[in-house]
Amino acid sequence: MSRIAGVFAALKAQGRAALIPFVEAYDPNRETSLTLLHGMAENGADIIEIGMPFTDPMADGPTIQAAGRRGLLAGASLHGVLGLVREFRRSNNHTPLVMMGYLNPILSYGVAKFCTDAAEAGIDGLIVVDLPTEEADLLLPDAAANGLDVIRLIAPTTSNERLPLVLAGSSGFVYYVSITGITGTRTASAADLARDIPRIRAVTDLPIAVGFGVRTPEQAAVVAQHADGAIVASALIETLNRENVAAVLRDVKALSEGINGARKEAA
Amino acid sequence: MNNVIPNTLRNGPDGRGRFGEFGGRFVAETLMPLILELETAYEAAKADPSFQAELDYYLKHYVGRPSPLWFAERLTRELGGAKVYFKRDELNHTGAHKINNCLGQILLARRMGKTRIIAETGAGQHGVATATVCALFGLPCTVYMGAVDVERQKPNVFRMKLLGAEVVPVSSGAATLKDAMNDAMRDWVANVNDTFYIIGTAAGPHPYPAMVRDFQCVIGVEAKAQMLEAEGRLPDVAVAAIGGGSNAIGLFHPFLDDASVRLIGVEAAGHGLDTDEHAASLSRGRPGVLHGNLTYLLQNDDGQILEAHSISAGLDYPGIGPEHSWLHDIGRVEYVAATDKEALAAFQLCTRTEGIIPALEPSHALAHVAKIAPTMGSEDIILMNLCGRGDKDIFAVAKHLGVEL
Repeated sequence: MSRIAGVFAALKAQGRAALIPFVEAYDPNRETSLTLLHGMAENGADIIEIGMPFTDPMADGPTIQAAGRRGLLAGASLHGVLGLVREFRRSNNHTPLVMMGYLNPILSYGVAKFCTDAAEAGIDGLIVVDLPTEEADLLLPDAAANGLDVIRLIAPTTSNERLPLVLAGSSGFVYYVSITGITGTRTASAADLARDIPRIRAVTDLPIAVGFGVRTPEQAAVVAQHADGAIVASALIETLNRENVAAVLRDVKALSEGINGARKEAA
Repeated sequence: MNNVIPNTLRNGPDGRGRFGEFGGRFVAETLMPLILELETAYEAAKADPSFQAELDYYLKHYVGRPSPLWFAERLTRELGGAKVYFKRDELNHTGAHKINNCLGQILLARRMGKTRIIAETGAGQHGVATATVCALFGLPCTVYMGAVDVERQKPNVFRMKLLGAEVVPVSSGAATLKDAMNDAMRDWVANVNDTFYIIGTAAGPHPYPAMVRDFQCVIGVEAKAQMLEAEGRLPDVAVAAIGGGSNAIGLFHPFLDDASVRLIGVEAAGHGLDTDEHAASLSRGRPGVLHGNLTYLLQNDDGQILEAHSISAGLDYPGIGPEHSWLHDIGRVEYVAATDKEALAAFQLCTRTEGIIPALEPSHALAHVAKIAPTMGSEDIILMNLCGRGDKDIFAVAKHLGVEL
């Protein structure tokens, strides 16, 4: 069983949803990212998403765009981020890491070599924003050969007819983009989730995590009542930028408590 | 039965939107259903004679097509070699070839029941053309434009506003065309139900490269017939400037199967190909993925996209349409480059000898024409796409010539 599948199986047994916080690599420097990875794992993160900065992040809102720019200014590269993951793995072998990014840096690195190196470094899954299912044959064979989960994005615009096609070849979990829009802007309502999550459940046994617009412990709790995981990115980046690492970890802990409380209420 | 399939270079892209390995649909899942819907709608429109008839009506009576083919006699004499002809798309309504495509796309948007139009623009020509057709059809229009370009193309910004468009300055990245395109895509993702994105160049996710090419092919189709009428034969060379490559593919595509016609695309060499400041993605880039398509890009060793530079805002883009990438790799089209300085000299040459003020974009094409015409015989013919007029550029040119207006 992969690290990601293991975490979701354990959470299911406990009747809990996963908290998946996001770290933009090298924002504002490498050392901060490493501290955040460890700190998040110790403060309730079940899985951590690590963002690989790209010059042209078309699906991201102003917060992640700015974080990516700071990361690139601090020297982020795919080689560097894999090195960061290797260092994290020296003292944490249990928290799954999912790398989120755009295709071009991976193409430039070489898809086969990247999948080998990412798996060796300790990455568990990949989310490549601009690689829809129609183009995924470019990545799937090498990812599978190296035991990397390829996590697919599902959007409100994804029709029921299209769902099986999009989910073909995906593993780990399903990332539900809960709004039509860019990251960190709008927030989906409980009614939206109650309508949208079941149609995905109908076609997959994979856990479903919800992202784009999840900001507060209350919102994370709502997500936890409907889905198997809540992804929080822009809100944490804003906290880091406005305050500091300790404040981010305080928020992660609060989000985790929000999620834990939710499942108890639901049960 | 023996089905003979004609050997043609004109039947791309394939079902996946690929020209050879280039092109494709590299967009986030949120946009994917929209891209597929657009493809279906476009295929249906293409097959519907009433769509083409409607487009032809507007091209003739609103744009003023066909644009003339002009024998540039004084320029020819001055260069002392091949006969130079201009395809005068700068005479179109709004002053550039961009409107050919905008009309096609807005008619499609109307067929699809879309009620809001967005666009990106660099020099502002595509933004003006989009704002124009939106005014014509009474649709709200939002144009994304890099903040740097807003500054250096003030007349076009004012034109767009007069035409009723909202111009949104984009300050991310280098605040030029690439960044404007990012923000237009972000708008589209957030407004999927009512919005149609009119992309201005023959790039982006499939079906845009093919669709924009088809709408611009009117340039080459007309030029071919006009050249046969004027000279009784095809040109020896056809030359066009390349940013994303829409005017060039429009000129070249109808000639692709005519092996006797040399096709030359001229990229912007900025301060020089061996400096860090140019926009020559084919000459100095390598394949990668940006803005929905796999194509040649200016990028660093880590796959991060580099900023392009050109004196011409319309060529200031680090990528190129995917069909050009393919035509480059198979060697059917030659791709060369002209520097800012060469384009400025050509701008003045054209103005002085022909009484035509060209845009800085086709001035790059003319710079190459000025290099090759003297090396050719007086019976040889060069066809150049004069794809835009230079009124919008006089402030920039004055600045470069050290003149205060």
